Amino acid sequence: MNAQRAAWLFLAPALLVLGVFFLVPVIAALVLSLTDYDLYALANIHNLRFVALQNYWALLQRPLFWSALGHTVYFVAVGVPLSMGASLGAALLLNSPLARCKPFFRTALFAPVVTTVVATAVIWRYLFNTKYGWMNYVLGGLGIHPVDWLGDPHWAMPTIIAFAVWKNFGYNMIIFLAGLQAIPPDLYEAARIDGASAWRQFRHITWPLLGPTMLMVGILTVSGYFQLFAEPYVMTEGGPLQSTTSVLYLMYDEGFKWWNLGSASAVAFLLFVIMFGVTVLMLKLSRRGHHADGEPA
Amino acid sequence: MNPQLAKTLINGLLLGATVIALFPLLWMLSVSFMPAGGASALPPPLLPAHPTMDNYRELFVHAGMGRYLLNSLLVSSAITVLSLTFNLMAGYAFAKLRFAGREQLFQALIGALVIPAQVAMLPLFLLLKYIGLVNSYAGVIVPGMATVFGIFLVRQYARGIPDELLEAARIDGAGEWRIFGQIVLPLLKPIMVTLAIFTFLAAWNDFMWPLIVLTGQEHYTLPIGLASLAREHSQDSELMMAGSVITVLPVLLLFLAMQRYYLEGLLLGSVKG
Repeated sequence: MNAQRAAWLFLAPALLVLGVFFLVPVIAALVLSLTDYDLYALANIHNLRFVALQNYWALLQRPLFWSALGHTVYFVAVGVPLSMGASLGAALLLNSPLARCKPFFRTALFAPVVTTVVATAVIWRYLFNTKYGWMNYVLGGLGIHPVDWLGDPHWAMPTIIAFAVWKNFGYNMIIFLAGLQAIPPDLYEAARIDGASAWRQFRHITWPLLGPTMLMVGILTVSGYFQLFAEPYVMTEGGPLQSTTSVLYLMYDEGFKWWNLGSASAVAFLLFVIMFGVTVLMLKLSRRGHHADGEPA
Repeated sequence: MNPQLAKTLINGLLLGATVIALFPLLWMLSVSFMPAGGASALPPPLLPAHPTMDNYRELFVHAGMGRYLLNSLLVSSAITVLSLTFNLMAGYAFAKLRFAGREQLFQALIGALVIPAQVAMLPLFLLLKYIGLVNSYAGVIVPGMATVFGIFLVRQYARGIPDELLEAARIDGAGEWRIFGQIVLPLLKPIMVTLAIFTFLAAWNDFMWPLIVLTGQEHYTLPIGLASLAREHSQDSELMMAGSVITVLPVLLLFLAMQRYYLEGLLLGSVKG
């Protein structure tokens, strides 16, 4: 009896915080998304009306929602593979017995992860400046004409993706590195004795054994990349021509610029549903891939 | 492949990647010491011809950067201390105290991780507006006072504490709070350090929620202050680089000093079960 009471006393502060400042708001967001909560309701709650699914319906008919979703999916679909590829590449290099000064390289490659997005986004804005930026200067040396990286609707998102890869790859690199170190060395030893090339060792030992890590990292990275916001906020303000307006950017504008909190909540929920769907899909696909592959030969 | 060649190739690639990772940060540091307009030249200069502290002086004297720095320190420290306390208590309870519904409650918390934090932000803003916490330090701190991730991390670690140790203390008549304070907390020290660094860095770098809840400059944290300066002074690259240095340097130094703990926490948090 007494132990039970003690347990709940230990739990109470954390549960109270999570309940009041997370659980209740999430449920409230669902309710809010079914109302027309706006500036008028903010001034006087009696102006609030229940509108059922109208916010969702209206959103699905708005081109801006679809383009924001499109930009976000673009960012995820291109950014996640590039990001994970860079992480895996760096981890493989660091894990190689031939690599020197490993602690230094590891720390240096990880450093961008702990920096503040806003500050590094500001740096990239100047590195990718059309006239005086290093990027165009280096490309100019190769004979390529200056590109208006953040001012051209075709180049703004790729620039943001490059920034995100630079900023984030170190995180998954550390996780992959731990995964690589957990692979028993005798497997490689046996493969070498059988005369397997480095590529075949990677394909038949490293890749399958890294599978579970890869799936987990993939799911976490995808859900992180769906939450794109600070990068376009600082680098492009969602432009040019709204080419970098993400779903969360739309939610922020809708909610805290125009104070359409009902509609903004619907945006947030749609994003949640999409993220959830993608996660489930990834789990399903990986399971099927596992069965199709069968036992590693 | 020839081993000597492979060795050169691997270390060359690592060196190249390191240059890409560090160049923007080193360039930021260098430009921050250039006089106004100094970086706008062709070819882009690598080092300041006449190093100056003018940008830093300008930021601290006229742009309120000192205030933002103190705000960031205050808010991040408060979040760290409070969430560390609450997460330690809850994580320990989930790991070592028996109560009805323990596993179900923990599973529910883990399940809640799939909900992105932004879903809660709109009603949270209304809630805080109602209690009068919008545009205050408390508005930033209060929602960060406990995290599922932190509770999870502490629980994983605390499960390693032997039950016999706690039972023996109970038989000796020690109360639950004394057991927690005198036996459990000292054993949890490594995870405390890890979680503290993690929380502090996350709080320092946090952007979206402070941007929403802080409506007046006087409470701005560094990222919010820097973002607003960057919109005003988009042409003053030297000034903005100094602002970025002030924002990034504290967390970068903290990481360098404590990186062992930080990387350990990163792995503990990502390897479930």
